Amino acid sequence: MSHRLEKGGRLIDRAKRLDFTFNGKRMQGHAGDTLASALLAGDQMLVGRSFKYHRPRGVVAAGAEEPNALLGLGEGQRFEPNQRATTTELFAGARLVSQNHWPSLDYDLGAVNNAFARFLTAGFYYKMFIQPRPFWKHVYEPVIRQTAGLGRAPEAETVDADRYEQVYAFADVLVIGGGIAGIAAARAAAKAGKRVILCEQTAHWGGRAPVDGVVIDGETADAWVTAQIEALRGMANVTLLARTMGAGVHDHGYVLAYQRLADHEPGADKPRHRLWRIRAARTITATGAIERPLSFAGNDIPGVMLASAMRDYAVNWAVAPGRRVVVVTNNDDAYRTAIALHDAGVNVRAVIDARDAATGPLPDAARTRAIRVIPATAIRQVEGGKRVTAVELCPQHGDGAEASERIHCDAVAMSGGWSPVVHLWSHCGGKLTWDEAQAAFRPDPDRPPLGHDGQGFVLAAGSANGEMTADAVLADGHAAGLGAAGARSTPAPRAETEPEAPLAPVWMMPARAGYTLRAKMWLDPQNDVKVSDIQLAAREGYESVEHAKRYTTLGMATDQGKISNINGLAILADSLGRPIPQVGTTTFRPPYTPISMGAIAGEARGTLFQPLRHTPLHDWHAENGADWEPVGQWRRPYCYRRADETREEAVRREVRQTRDSLGLLDASTLGKILVKGPDAGRFMDMLYTNMMSTLKPGKCRYGLMCNENGFLMDDGVVARLSDDAFLCHTTTGGADRIHAWMEDWLQCEWWDWKVHVVNLTEQYAQIGVVGPKARKVLEKLGTDIDLSKDALPFMDWRAGQLAGMPVRVFRISFSGELSFEIAVPAGQGRALWDRLLEAGAEFGVMPYGTEALHIMRAEKGFIMIGDETDGTVIPQDLGLNWAISKKKDDFLGKRGMEREAMIAPERWQLVGLETLDGSVLPHAALAPLEGENTNGQRKTQGRVTSTYHSPTLDRGIALGLVHRGPERMGEVIEFQGDAGRMIAARIVETCFHDKAGEKQNA
Amino acid sequence: MREPVSALPGARYSGIVTVAEGGLRGMIVLRGDLASKPLAKAVKEATGQALPGTRQIALGKKGAVAWMAPDELLILTDHATVGTTLSKMEAALAGEFVTLADVSDARAVFTLSGAAARDVLAKACPVDFADFPVGSLRRTRAAQVAAAIWRSAAEEFTLVCFRSVAPYMWDLLTTLARPGGEVGLYPAEGAGTPR
Repeated sequence: MSHRLEKGGRLIDRAKRLDFTFNGKRMQGHAGDTLASALLAGDQMLVGRSFKYHRPRGVVAAGAEEPNALLGLGEGQRFEPNQRATTTELFAGARLVSQNHWPSLDYDLGAVNNAFARFLTAGFYYKMFIQPRPFWKHVYEPVIRQTAGLGRAPEAETVDADRYEQVYAFADVLVIGGGIAGIAAARAAAKAGKRVILCEQTAHWGGRAPVDGVVIDGETADAWVTAQIEALRGMANVTLLARTMGAGVHDHGYVLAYQRLADHEPGADKPRHRLWRIRAARTITATGAIERPLSFAGNDIPGVMLASAMRDYAVNWAVAPGRRVVVVTNNDDAYRTAIALHDAGVNVRAVIDARDAATGPLPDAARTRAIRVIPATAIRQVEGGKRVTAVELCPQHGDGAEASERIHCDAVAMSGGWSPVVHLWSHCGGKLTWDEAQAAFRPDPDRPPLGHDGQGFVLAAGSANGEMTADAVLADGHAAGLGAAGARSTPAPRAETEPEAPLAPVWMMPARAGYTLRAKMWLDPQNDVKVSDIQLAAREGYESVEHAKRYTTLGMATDQGKISNINGLAILADSLGRPIPQVGTTTFRPPYTPISMGAIAGEARGTLFQPLRHTPLHDWHAENGADWEPVGQWRRPYCYRRADETREEAVRREVRQTRDSLGLLDASTLGKILVKGPDAGRFMDMLYTNMMSTLKPGKCRYGLMCNENGFLMDDGVVARLSDDAFLCHTTTGGADRIHAWMEDWLQCEWWDWKVHVVNLTEQYAQIGVVGPKARKVLEKLGTDIDLSKDALPFMDWRAGQLAGMPVRVFRISFSGELSFEIAVPAGQGRALWDRLLEAGAEFGVMPYGTEALHIMRAEKGFIMIGDETDGTVIPQDLGLNWAISKKKDDFLGKRGMEREAMIAPERWQLVGLETLDGSVLPHAALAPLEGENTNGQRKTQGRVTSTYHSPTLDRGIALGLVHRGPERMGEVIEFQGDAGRMIAARIVETCFHDKAGEKQNA
Repeated sequence: MREPVSALPGARYSGIVTVAEGGLRGMIVLRGDLASKPLAKAVKEATGQALPGTRQIALGKKGAVAWMAPDELLILTDHATVGTTLSKMEAALAGEFVTLADVSDARAVFTLSGAAARDVLAKACPVDFADFPVGSLRRTRAAQVAAAIWRSAAEEFTLVCFRSVAPYMWDLLTTLARPGGEVGLYPAEGAGTPR
């Protein structure tokens, strides 16, 4: 049984005990434990159930490559599923639950899937759920939805209690990996004066070397690491980041690193995770190597673990996986596990070596300890259900038809060799080469990921670079640091290392095992993919490694295939009769291991989710019942609702009062762009369809802007400020866009024209003073501007003082009422608004929102960009031919709108629509015709572009585009409403109210 | 009440650094040929400063001049007299191809004060703050909005954004300055010392 050893444990503090629960059961660990080491110390090897077959699953590894030990952690707002027990530090009061079983971990009904394993092979999804068709929606989908996934999602309305943030950092050399290679690299680069960031995904520095008893420059690896880290900490040009994983390498040296600040102390008042967004001139991946399992029958039974993981538990956490351990290997490194366990007092029954001979210092050291070494032998199968009970042996060079021996044991340490961690090298295009001797893919130094200058910007170092002995690892790390720093050669630290005999590639144990055994050889224990599944995929024609992956789901689980990919593609290669390098690997994609959504969001939640824009009058609107409407990132009042009012009632009230007396509109969001310079007039004539250069100072003109295709894209009033200056108003949504459009033309096309454009949208608050009493209220405020009808006619503007504040007054009207738009510096906008409310009280002044604005303009037949336009509408469609100058040689869109399709008389044109029964036409309603077009679509003759209930006319009104509309005045056509109901509407003029414009010209 | 107000008057927060709204500031956009002598002279007259280099701000008692683009400067001056300053500059540059515009009300100004100012800004701005002496300036973004930032003193940074997003900027800076979020990325030191 797994248990805590009495002595040792370099990472635990035995003085500090931490209580926790697992599935409600009380357990205890030490500070420094991971969840996995604490569970194993308490003899809890069984930690979950596999995805497909619900087979019992135990801890396999000690690091991020762990496929099985995924637990639900925490409660309430901090509950999180799928937490990896091997990389989660234990803390006091931790609440752990296992996943993917019902009713319990020990007795799971889902295990019935196991009985049908024969039918639930790879790719069964694509065959089984085809028929009967009705079952898709009513049976298969609901059942699969229930059973899919591993962990339980947090409750629907849970809000994450933690905070997250991001930080931008820059470095000359970024070193990812805090083992001896990374430390040597960081030291070399830092000593050369470079800015260095060194990050390590665990809480501890040193990696494998302290566990494997490496000696460096005469001291233990532990001592060497401690001294090096101290030295690095004292260097001003070095940043050390522990608990920080290199997540992804992106173009131009942009690297994401994921720092877990508070996972080991939940509830601490600090950000839980911090995402480092690093730009590094050079990145060194010193990310180590991951051990491969061996494929033998029953290699998924709890108690079968990676050999290096077993010695990690023994040395780092003083945890033994069992009392009677068998080691199975194809290489010398696994003997270190036998030796470490033996020296810790664990009974190592035997080392099963698949190679014909086991020679060299490491096997000899095992024999010295009277550990039995059995060469040329395989594990035939493992016995046991929820726990290993014994192993059967057979010759490796055979078919395993019979067992040669049986050994009682409760744990099996397996090693199929080591795979360099090449993920970060590969993310941005680094290529791999197959190392035949190591049976591993390693970075191809001739094909690194390339930066903007065609130079490689990533270097691999140490085991990540395919070096597997301590001396080579150190030398390689040192060299990488020098290389990244562009520094002269200096002596590297030296490690003592035992020579190792070569490994023998063993992709199946025994070599010629039959189907029954192969169907129990696990490749991917999380997704339940076996050797037989890959062979089936090959037989069915899924020969590309990418196809085989998806057909079988090998490597698609949360561990991203870290211990299964290489073994799987070796089986595929063998099935296809191709060499492994020809089969290749699947694509490595960031992140290296999963990162939290919180880290990706950073601070952007709640009020920081998006940058909402407020006008200078925002607070008044908020305090006075504004119903907010999003207009881009602005928030504008849709209407101001009084107590007990519906929106419709509020809008009606606002429209009526404005037309009867006096309304106020916050128009601050409209774009205001200054166009100034000797060539301003020439520029304006190109931008607008109108002739703008003839506009005189003091005057305004309504203008249209089209894109090069001739489509109408924005409209607004232009004011001539002076001989060389214009002020362009744009729609709210168009301000930034039109500013950019202007700059684009000036910078890229007409760069020699003398024009400047300045976006002044936010410099001014703008208030619409609208209604028959508008002039009176302004005069009441006191002004030096003559506001009389003759002095300030419609479409003129004046500058002066109003209520003691500097203003521009534009006599423009979107409502059709007597209307003055007042521009005042934004810092005085609220003051002016308050004065207008005060002075307007006697007239029943009423602020109105965007809906009243829309209705009033529709009553006048004024178009709205985005309603009457949709990117395919030209001004001529909307009866705006008068705004298109015939005297200009050229303007943006001129040639576009002269194309055949644009001048066709068949184009739909803007008309007014009145339903016969006074109701409101539905939004975007279509007017169908009999028959279908060549696309098989029902023919149509019109569509509604704007539709409202008009409080002024007390009936529904609409604007729409209708085939040859202006020629069909008075005709009644039908529009389609809900559920096919047809609504009759008469085609009328677009202006419904005050056609002569008497009110606006008053 | 006719006195102009800034975006978030009096706002102040003490966390890892002190965040404060910078109050009313006179700001004038100047577009033109930065190599022009009359332009440099008019700027000197108005602010007492020579033109700054690329990504620099020239700071002084009478005013400041910030480089914004190859053809754009931002003149900072007293808010109460910005109209006068602007008129004087217009007069001095009459006949030149130069555009001047008052943008004092279009922006909000914030200051971050304290040894950890660079650390806090590093959480929002993709800017390398090593070798960033007093007078260094960047046009960049702070999280999701455009911002101009400069080092106005050894332990003070000034940040300018559009007025409409002042509430967002305030929430952002105070959130990032919340105690517990110390980074220790840029060590405290005097202005001008590399890293």
